Amino acid sequence: MTIAGAPAITTSAGRPVGGRRLPLDWLGAVPFLVYVAIFLFLPTAIIVGGSVLDANGSLTLVNFAHLSRDYIVKTTLNTIGLSAVTALAGATFGALLAYAIAVGNREGLVRRLTLSVSGVLAQFGGVTLAFAFIATIGPAGFLYLWLAEHHADIYAHSLWLFELPGVALVYLYFQIPLMVLVFLPALDGIKPQWREATESLGGGTWHYWRYVAGPLLAPAFLGATLLLFANAFSAYATVNALINQGQPVISQQISGALSGEVGTFEPGFAKAIAVEMVIIVTAVTVLYSLLQRRTSRWLQ
Amino acid sequence: MPERTGVEVRLENLQRRYGAVVALDDLSLTIAPGELVALLGPSGCGKTTALRLLAGLEDADGGRVVIGGEDVTGLPANRRNIGMVFQAYSLFPHMVAWENVAFGLQMRGVGLAERKKRAIDVLELVGLSRFANRYASQMSGGQQQRVALARALAISPQVLLLDEPLSALDAKVRSRLRDEIRRIQLEVGITTLFVTHDQEEALAIADRVGVMQSGRLEQLGPPMTVYSRPATPFVADFVGLTNRIQGTVSRGSVDVRGATIPLVDSSVPDGPATALVRPEAVSLVGNGEAQEGPLIGTVIAVAFLGATSRVTVDLGDITVLAQLPTSAAAEHPAGTRVKLALRPDPVLVDSHN
Amino acid sequence: MAAVRRGVQGTRRLKLQVFRIIVFVAAGLFFLVPIGAMVEFSTRGVGDQPRTLAAWQSIGTYPDLVAAITASLELAAITTIAMLVLLVPTMVWVRLKLPRLNPIIEFICLLPLTIPAIVLVVGLFPIYNWMGTNFSDSILTLSIAYVVLVLPYDYRSLEAGLAAIDVKTLTEAARSLGAGWFTVMWRIIVPNISSAILNSAFLSVALVLGEYTIANNLLYNNLQVEIAMLGRANAGVSIAVAVASLLFAFGVLVLLSFFNRGRGRLQLVELQQVMRTERG
Repeated sequence: MTIAGAPAITTSAGRPVGGRRLPLDWLGAVPFLVYVAIFLFLPTAIIVGGSVLDANGSLTLVNFAHLSRDYIVKTTLNTIGLSAVTALAGATFGALLAYAIAVGNREGLVRRLTLSVSGVLAQFGGVTLAFAFIATIGPAGFLYLWLAEHHADIYAHSLWLFELPGVALVYLYFQIPLMVLVFLPALDGIKPQWREATESLGGGTWHYWRYVAGPLLAPAFLGATLLLFANAFSAYATVNALINQGQPVISQQISGALSGEVGTFEPGFAKAIAVEMVIIVTAVTVLYSLLQRRTSRWLQ
Repeated sequence: MPERTGVEVRLENLQRRYGAVVALDDLSLTIAPGELVALLGPSGCGKTTALRLLAGLEDADGGRVVIGGEDVTGLPANRRNIGMVFQAYSLFPHMVAWENVAFGLQMRGVGLAERKKRAIDVLELVGLSRFANRYASQMSGGQQQRVALARALAISPQVLLLDEPLSALDAKVRSRLRDEIRRIQLEVGITTLFVTHDQEEALAIADRVGVMQSGRLEQLGPPMTVYSRPATPFVADFVGLTNRIQGTVSRGSVDVRGATIPLVDSSVPDGPATALVRPEAVSLVGNGEAQEGPLIGTVIAVAFLGATSRVTVDLGDITVLAQLPTSAAAEHPAGTRVKLALRPDPVLVDSHN
Repeated sequence: MAAVRRGVQGTRRLKLQVFRIIVFVAAGLFFLVPIGAMVEFSTRGVGDQPRTLAAWQSIGTYPDLVAAITASLELAAITTIAMLVLLVPTMVWVRLKLPRLNPIIEFICLLPLTIPAIVLVVGLFPIYNWMGTNFSDSILTLSIAYVVLVLPYDYRSLEAGLAAIDVKTLTEAARSLGAGWFTVMWRIIVPNISSAILNSAFLSVALVLGEYTIANNLLYNNLQVEIAMLGRANAGVSIAVAVASLLFAFGVLVLLSFFNRGRGRLQLVELQQVMRTERG
């Protein structure tokens, strides 16, 4: 692994300087490097390596071929759909909230309060978040009971809170605050002079959004949406707390394949799904950072 | 460029307050067709508020704005046909220079080919046609402000408003662009309001300068008048450097350390007062060695300003600034004893203390 | 005429104000109601009984839950200390002696950001299997994985702290006065970056207490896993614990943002990634 290269670099770099100090200096970084080698690089190597090995330890692509199984394709599509919906809805509502914050006083209490609450809520997830929604609109939740009393049974057709639509609603709880945090700097970069210049040049509100603010914010908005997508795509705890049958999303399939591995049944399968997830998340993240760079050129 | 004759602009009794703060206190100002008026004052004096009310970017609490005989007080900014140049960073960063300049024409429904041609023409006027395809981030601050000026002029506005357009630039670019703005303004003949806190800039560019303080116009007049005949002590202080020297008023003139100087305003009551004396009105007359007297002191500093120099003289109880030709100042290096003379130009007195 | 005249700009400001109020109220409802609902749920009486704290009081009667709470608190403490012991000396040392290694360390530390927890756990699984057989299968071994998990956030926080002081000059000054390396570290560097250390400690604690994915897939019952399991048996108690852990984590994070006030808010990417690990 990478660490194997370290001593080699040491000797070759040490010689020209001519001291025996330099190799000794390297010792200071060794504990850290050893640690990450074992607990970060080794797992990575296990995933990548294991994904191309079969049960007998010989090279194979069969694990990736298994990704074409119907239920994997279906869960991949499910996850993409779930991530896209929550990313778009989260981005839209989050952008509205961010705008409401941005047009207020920069030093004001409202802004500071909403920002730190967003910071906290964007980190809120998993089991606790699922419970919060169950306590609200679950079959015993107060809001559900109240609505039912008023002849509005939101579960008339299905108990959707424990299906993908419910997961999507719960995801919004962290997607919206994340959007606020990511998008607000772009909104802050919009200068009031641009609005005023548009007006003095004869443009109205529509022209301002269509020709000035819209094009300026589009890359930031798109980039943030991608980030939200990646965020939802790799999530596990929240959905697992809501849905414990059927494993409809890809992270649950990884988990399921991992438990299957215990009996050395298809040891490379979980790894292949993991690689698939990493590829999708990385591709989206790279796109995000490209868009982010463009935004920062316009809106410092 | 389309032929254009300026229109008259009248601000009538404008009122504006922010909470308890009065930003404009009954401001009235008439700008003649084609004239350039500079509003000068410290920050918070109301000059920018006046400009923004004229642009329609803020609402007046009271009063009227009349452009070319038409009352535009209730008209939104985008229907006032006013060109505006902001302090900085006002170019749209996702458009190249010509697209910025053409934006106002686009808002008016001018076709692409026509508006591009006209944009290039106006860029030519500000000397930047070769930068037509550059983004704001690829231009210097001075170039950006020229493009901003071109953008404001491209819509053939009735009035041009400049809100501290030079304050974000460095000194050398500032004076060059200032002259450039004036040249273009005269060439186009557009009625212009120029807001600045820099007195040198205001005096250099304007037909008339209005000095503002606390939402009021303290004085409005040609640069020469404002400088040499300040109407109030505030104007005297704000426009140019002023020595404040204690004296005694009697019968229309003021006695300052033995020198008698006539007053601008002869109705000032007799008694002690502070005379406001310009450094140019102070000269050094010969050697003060081995002499004593109220106008004899020691040179403590000489600041070389180019053609003139500013000499600081310590008279014992106060220090006085004198501005004189560098050749004359050279005869009195720091440490020498000198005698001062005060030219009998009419001065203003501050009788508050 | 100067009295009330609402012009163009005034009308626009009014509209904007109405828009803001609508948005803030809607957001407030969406974000606060579920938390309130948890409190409501955990204090319900059986049938028509009045409100009761019975669920809260019975927390102590679930031995598995108590064990999980203890384990998670221990994990938080061990992870925080282990991370600091590993990271602080390394970062200082690299700054002083191996500046060329700095970008590599940064890259390594930020690497876990790009790996979702559910993916990392796939690679950790065989390692934990091996450790379980040959070394220890205590739940506390989870802290080894958690150190990797918290690496990016704590690196950023400590990096900000170290960037604010001149490590090299401080160290040289102390060394020239006769201080040994341990003294330099303990008496000079640590006191000067204490707020950064506090920061990263808070982050670690919040992360570890909220962690579910790794524990669940490595078959350890930490707090979150236990809450999820208990939720099927006794929703009231498990929601009570969830509220408690949530309030604790909120408290920690509020403290964190309080300490961060001078520097503005948390790095955005940092935040995003914190959540990702929390949710898995």
